[in-house]
Amino acid sequence: MFGLIPASLAAASPLPALLAFSAAPLAHLRPLDIAVIAIYFGMVVWIGFYLKGKSNTSEEFFMAGREMTAWIAGLSFVSANMGSLELMGWAGSAYQYGILATHWYWVGAIPAMLFLGLVMMPFYYVCKTHSVPGYLDLRYGGHARSVAAFSFAIEMILMSGVNMFAMAVVMKVVLGWDITFSIFVSSIAVALYVGLGGLRSAIFNEVLQFVLIWGGALLVPILGLAQAGGVSGLKRQIMTNMQSMTGVSSDSYFHLWRDTSHFAANPMGVHWTGIVFGLGFVISFGYWTTDFLVVQRVLAAHNLRAARMAPIIGSFFKMAVPFIVILPGLLGLVLLQNADGSRRQLVGEDVVAACSLNSSGQVAEQGGCTAAMAKTNLSPASQQKVMAGGDDAELHSYNQALPLMMVRYLGPGLLGLGITALIAGFMSGMAGNVSAFSTVWTYDIYKPLINKNGSDSHYVMVGRMAIVVGVAVSIGAAYLVMHAHGIMDYVQALFSIFIAPLLAVILFGMFWKRATRLAGFLGLLLGIIFSAGLFMWVKLTPDALATVALSPDAKPMAENVFRALWAFIFASVLVVVISLLTKPRPVAELEGLVYGATKLPKEDPVPFYKNEYIWAVLVVIIFAALNILFW
Amino acid sequence: MHGSGIPIWFFIGVLLLIYGLMIFGYGVFEALIGPLAPVELNYLHTPIWWGAILAVIGLLYVVKFRPGRAGK
Repeated sequence: MFGLIPASLAAASPLPALLAFSAAPLAHLRPLDIAVIAIYFGMVVWIGFYLKGKSNTSEEFFMAGREMTAWIAGLSFVSANMGSLELMGWAGSAYQYGILATHWYWVGAIPAMLFLGLVMMPFYYVCKTHSVPGYLDLRYGGHARSVAAFSFAIEMILMSGVNMFAMAVVMKVVLGWDITFSIFVSSIAVALYVGLGGLRSAIFNEVLQFVLIWGGALLVPILGLAQAGGVSGLKRQIMTNMQSMTGVSSDSYFHLWRDTSHFAANPMGVHWTGIVFGLGFVISFGYWTTDFLVVQRVLAAHNLRAARMAPIIGSFFKMAVPFIVILPGLLGLVLLQNADGSRRQLVGEDVVAACSLNSSGQVAEQGGCTAAMAKTNLSPASQQKVMAGGDDAELHSYNQALPLMMVRYLGPGLLGLGITALIAGFMSGMAGNVSAFSTVWTYDIYKPLINKNGSDSHYVMVGRMAIVVGVAVSIGAAYLVMHAHGIMDYVQALFSIFIAPLLAVILFGMFWKRATRLAGFLGLLLGIIFSAGLFMWVKLTPDALATVALSPDAKPMAENVFRALWAFIFASVLVVVISLLTKPRPVAELEGLVYGATKLPKEDPVPFYKNEYIWAVLVVIIFAALNILFW
Repeated sequence: MHGSGIPIWFFIGVLLLIYGLMIFGYGVFEALIGPLAPVELNYLHTPIWWGAILAVIGLLYVVKFRPGRAGK
């Protein structure tokens, strides 16, 4: 679920820094809220027990019986990327950078989702693979599969642990819940419902999460806009106070593309080339078309047409998500207030950590806190309050924009619904990671490398055990992150390190008959090493950022997109060169795997309103209109 | 879900119906005795109309996707 890391997380100190600030919880739950949360837990366990009887064969347990409709697969597909950390992080990024954060929902998702549905899905679906490493096995052989499978398995399990820890931190900060309580309650619930119902249970809960997020979060922008005087009122208030609020002197907050011709011209410090080629192509296509966590949802569709429609249905909802994420962040800029009625200025998590309190309620390191606050737009009065310590210090990070807005508008019951939506987001994230881990472990590691001749029921048993072990390892990873905060940076980077070379290898494998087994294996392996090398170079030598991102004005967010771009180019060159030097596979062996060597099944004619191309054209029109409207 | 069994939409309907009734009930209670929590825009009585919307959507889903109705 850390596929596309929110800017406010990538650019700041890691989330665990939040723990350092021992302020009072943001919200106080009442019995009605507790009842709402308890009913949710009861529901997911009920679903798990109900689906246990429908998850007896490996096809049922790992692939949900391949009987999901386009709507369920589509909502699950888009929901797999709507984790709570993403929602909170992007709301925080909108507060910090304005609507530039919307790029991660539009250009960073929509073209790739359409490409998956219309172009790539037939190959994934026709070859009947159970996983992305499974496709690599068919196309490039066992070595490429093993590299991808081990990378995926490690990534999934560590991310599950980080997700678990992130949820515990958020629950601690927002509600004051004990970290261990949150970790164990969520782990037991996830192990229970995924262990019982397999992928079908994970998909059901993702659809449930999708509904809860809209039911719990939609009120925030509606009520916020009502209070701000509509969109025009919001814009006017931000423009009037822009300099004091944000430190940005232009109206860059409201433009997606206009100010991206130079790194220094926009608050995020990115360039349009990085957005289009790094984010819009490599990162986005890598995530939405090759990350097994999301592709697995579409592979569970009941026929090819449903598998093609699923990402297209998902893209409509993806375009709407900024309404409940980006808009609350912008509204937070003008509406959030301190207890005394003054405007509340949010800060980076590094500032919150620098101003952590000691046991007597005073700032522990006065000098560090003063220096950190000097770099912010906090008013002198606010800074004095923080230095004085106490409950009214009111120092909150960007990532708390969404929960703060929830607390502002949602009373008993509604607040419980909003918190349940966040919990559901975290839990389905963990469930997605653990179910993907179970599939990859069983099909791509255990079966080919340890026991080739097991019975179907044996592999289901191995899959169930993998879920229990996966959750246990995730708990260990969560505590590891808690005690060694810097590890979170590395775990979050795993995705971006791995995904760009994988995209290159899969695209050449799917669309170039000449690509050879050795080229696929070495392209993936050396591409991952190259990408990890770039990451470590910038990590150890921060000045290298200017080289990687091609500008001294580049900010950390630019490093992510440019590193992905270089890794993709590096892996692509390797695949092409090595393929030309080695002997290709006979075309006959590539049937069902490669464009030009595959006869796609003819689909029955359907009315125009069920035709995936018609809906895809509509998505393109809306996508173009939104980008022009917010140019 | 394609095939037999209870569809996911039924579970969603049940959850929305329960939540909607709970929130609507609290909204009516709050309207009668005054707000229990100092949230903004209390005068809009959000729990009443939002709870009602959730309950109605939930009820529609429960009726439409109730077990045993599939195929009828």
